[in-house]
Amino acid sequence: MSNKNLQDLTTQVRRDILRMVHKVNSGHPGGSLGCTEFLVALYTNIMHRKEGFDMDGIDEDLFFLSNGHISPVFYSVLAHSGYFPVEELNTFRLLNSRLQGHPTTHEGLPGVRIASGSLGQGLSVAIGAAQTKKLNKDSHLIYSLHGDGELQEGQNWEAIMYASAKNVDNIIATIDLNGKQIDGATDDVLPMGSIKGKFEAFDWTVIEIENGNDIESILEGMATAKAATGKGKPVCVLLKTMMGNGVDFMMHTHAWHGKAPNDAQLESALNQNPETLGDY
Amino acid sequence: MKTYTFTEKKDTRSGFGAGLTELGRTNPNVVALCADLIGSLKMNQFIEENPERFFQIGIAEANMMSIAAGLTIGGKIPFTGTFANFSTGRVYDQIRQSIAYSDKNVKICASHAGLTLGEDGATHQILEDIGLMKMLPGMVVINTCDYNQTKAATIAIADHEGPVYLRFGRPAVPVFTPEDQVFEIGKAIQLQEGSDVTIVATGHLVWEALEAAKVLHAQGISAEVINIHTIKPLDDKAILDSVAKTGCIVTAEEHNHLGGLGESVARVLALHHPTPQEFVATNDTFGESGTPAQLMEKYGLNSDTIVAKALKVMKRK
Repeated sequence: MSNKNLQDLTTQVRRDILRMVHKVNSGHPGGSLGCTEFLVALYTNIMHRKEGFDMDGIDEDLFFLSNGHISPVFYSVLAHSGYFPVEELNTFRLLNSRLQGHPTTHEGLPGVRIASGSLGQGLSVAIGAAQTKKLNKDSHLIYSLHGDGELQEGQNWEAIMYASAKNVDNIIATIDLNGKQIDGATDDVLPMGSIKGKFEAFDWTVIEIENGNDIESILEGMATAKAATGKGKPVCVLLKTMMGNGVDFMMHTHAWHGKAPNDAQLESALNQNPETLGDY
Repeated sequence: MKTYTFTEKKDTRSGFGAGLTELGRTNPNVVALCADLIGSLKMNQFIEENPERFFQIGIAEANMMSIAAGLTIGGKIPFTGTFANFSTGRVYDQIRQSIAYSDKNVKICASHAGLTLGEDGATHQILEDIGLMKMLPGMVVINTCDYNQTKAATIAIADHEGPVYLRFGRPAVPVFTPEDQVFEIGKAIQLQEGSDVTIVATGHLVWEALEAAKVLHAQGISAEVINIHTIKPLDDKAILDSVAKTGCIVTAEEHNHLGGLGESVARVLALHHPTPQEFVATNDTFGESGTPAQLMEKYGLNSDTIVAKALKVMKRK
């Protein structure tokens, strides 16, 4: 997909996110907006995906969302990638919907391979899927996304230790470094020091993407990450993003981590992201 | 009255190891994971024969459960192995979200369940695991009674699509079920036919129930003994058919009376056929150090208690 088309899709996904959370007055717009460029680029230009969906995902790249609360961006990108009708975004968080507050396989939504929401489990799951790829002699890659605050969950460090010890080198785990979590800045809630230093100390290859909201930078960084796979070490991408990116009043604050805009705020936010591909 | 004898005692965990070894030879999709307890879980043979299909996770049970969930994506059938305590309570949320809610085909194989773990004491003796696991939607819960049944169950659960909790134990116990049995999930096995009282037992208490039936028989009491190896889904019909004859029931398990087999049976009876019931189980308590035999006696998990409860429940008819 061309960069212009990627930009248009990104803007449309942003609108979807805002409208989804506004309609049900709940959900997590901040992290969703911060990861919009990344997930759009991943699903359109980076991952090798088959047509349709089957759970086993043989002979294709797979993605696991560990920080499941950014479901709005995940659902929008899945819909625009053809996994289910875009109109279904209208059912987000409603009773009897396949688009649960946090992603699940339980309602049969195509594109989702694991439930996530309770944090810290996704990296282990992704590693298991990567090891099955190796057993199946399937050379495709496993991608995963994690919040930076999520790294406070101890299970991540079990998984990080394991992946390098077992040479799981067919995984690219991306950390959304937005520096914020529900209660405030990660540096205020629980300072984690150098995340890069920690991953390197656990013997991972670390790739940094300084502007994680710039599609060119993402494509370039992920190409570097992909080139680093298959060399005996797991690969970590540190993606520096802006929580709430693209909506001025949602940026530079943690306030919109898990809060929906009201009618006036929605109007302002949508005006900053004019319709491109058409609203659902 | 049928006679049950045994020529040897073996641990049920060795039955698991034997079953896993057979699966390694017959089902190329079966993979195994362990959190630093290979010897205790008797997984050595499988590992020797299938090194590429074994994952040593280290002492990191949460990671193990979620990795197992991931391994299913692409068609593998993971069997996790560690103690029952570390297979359930320690990793409840991983099982709940990544396995049960995510509908993953993981077999959680749990050794050293209950008091018979013995001297290590209460930190390792879980008496709440059946309750934890049976409350998870979609989870099958099995507690086998001897070596042969554990081997058969291990083989059978590979063919069941969906999460399974398989519970077994540490000590050597009588081997009294047939070597060539076919294990049917959810199908209770009537071991003694009787008319005065029903004894429904699971796990290590099944042999104790047979011993109790002998004592009762000597007193002129006809006890029906049912081996409920599957606590979920429970064989409601077998229980209801039996109490329709006997009019009273004793449940026996190496587990807390809260959350165990007894409560599952009580629910079935309350819904369909209210019946006097007595519980042989631990009384909302932690365990402690001791030999398995000492602990089972102190906490009343033996044939003596089953006999006493049978006599008591018959008076309540």
